[in-house]
Amino acid sequence: MTPEEIKAFEDQVYAYVGKRVCTATPAKDAVNDTMIRHWTEVMGDTNPAYTNPEWAAQSARGKTIAPPAMMYVWNQEGYAVASTGRPSDAQSDLVQLFNDNGYTGVLGTNVKQEYFAEASPGDQIVMEMVIDTISERKATARGTGYFYETLATFSNQDGVKLGTQRFRVLKFIPQEQPAAAKSDSALEVPTRIASPRGHDNKWWWEACDEGRVMIQRCTSCQTLRHPPRPMCGECQSTEWDAIESTLDGEVLSFTCLRHPAIPGYPKDPICAVIKLDEGTHLVANVVGCEYDDVSIGMRLKGKVEQVDEKTMLPQFYPA
Amino acid sequence: MSEYQTLNFADVSVGDSLPEQDIDITSGLVVSGALATRDYEPVHHDKSVAQAAGLPDVFMNILTSQALMTRFATDWSGPEAVVKSLDIKLGAPNVPGMVMKVTGQVTAKDGDSGVIDIAVTGENNIWGMHMAGTVQLALPQGA
Repeated sequence: MTPEEIKAFEDQVYAYVGKRVCTATPAKDAVNDTMIRHWTEVMGDTNPAYTNPEWAAQSARGKTIAPPAMMYVWNQEGYAVASTGRPSDAQSDLVQLFNDNGYTGVLGTNVKQEYFAEASPGDQIVMEMVIDTISERKATARGTGYFYETLATFSNQDGVKLGTQRFRVLKFIPQEQPAAAKSDSALEVPTRIASPRGHDNKWWWEACDEGRVMIQRCTSCQTLRHPPRPMCGECQSTEWDAIESTLDGEVLSFTCLRHPAIPGYPKDPICAVIKLDEGTHLVANVVGCEYDDVSIGMRLKGKVEQVDEKTMLPQFYPA
Repeated sequence: MSEYQTLNFADVSVGDSLPEQDIDITSGLVVSGALATRDYEPVHHDKSVAQAAGLPDVFMNILTSQALMTRFATDWSGPEAVVKSLDIKLGAPNVPGMVMKVTGQVTAKDGDSGVIDIAVTGENNIWGMHMAGTVQLALPQGA
């Protein structure tokens, strides 16, 4: 779009600021025990203030209340949204205007509800909504777009103001078009990266699978080495055997791998270079204590443990 | 009565942590949560529509996230606490197969109103932050 076209588009967009999405509209149903019960069952919310009249009668409120987070639920359109679509109103018209100009992406970014009074079964909730603000054009990680904010106000049948809701939505030009509905791709939950097993180290991982940590030993000069490799660095012999580590050792150096979380791995793992009593070094996780408890020289005791369904790994605990 | 305890304002300190909750995100929770909140947007119950929108499966609606955040706070505080506000910044979608860990900490106390602020984060194990925000509760004051 040229600057002039952007200006013309924005003139149309900003004309929606202050427009009413709906005038004071009573909910289709009064606040009622049945809808509250369905909601609490799904959400796993056992708060007796919502569903236990005997308890509520003796509580400070003297009666049950609707869960506050249900405030907007009572005025929802219902199944029409899935069957015939949302009715035309200022918000759907604004969304259409964005869509027609390429701002097809949509993302709810913030929602804030404030509650001034609690609603109880029998109350009739009335909602009004306006388009309150529309931001300037912004470059976001999702693409260029505009944030618009609706403000809904809720009251009861007596005109008592129950609360407000501000909902902020980003309408943006998607940076990449979402892939058209692919085949029925199941969500794959990432797991740890499988240990790479090559000609020189396969035997080490196979011992690990059996619960043992091996240290390669040169049969010419008896020098220990880890990680496994074909030739001795001291005498260049390619003849070797291996001894089993006792997994006693100490921290030579350590760090904590912070954010971002890596799927399949514990968050903020402590990674250490461990000096095994046999003399070689091994990189592994220190577990069973906090990062602040780890120090250089700290004694450790290792165990080979299953860390996901396909991986056995040495894990070291404070000795 | 005694089965349900409610924390007193005086019992709570800034820095107190709330018990964590791990919530399994299942198709059942996503779809039932949308229906229990009368949210019939197809992306919350129709996998092909969700996939056309670029997601691998149906995803949790905001009203369910709000419900889980309130529940997290009042499970800890007890039922006499009054929810004053719920302010959520939305992040990565919750999709079936994920687990969301909800954690929280008391960040402020206002002695005049008896209102405490609880910073709450819900992180799923695949994409990270699903929701972060503040729940304000008014707690009973005095004995």
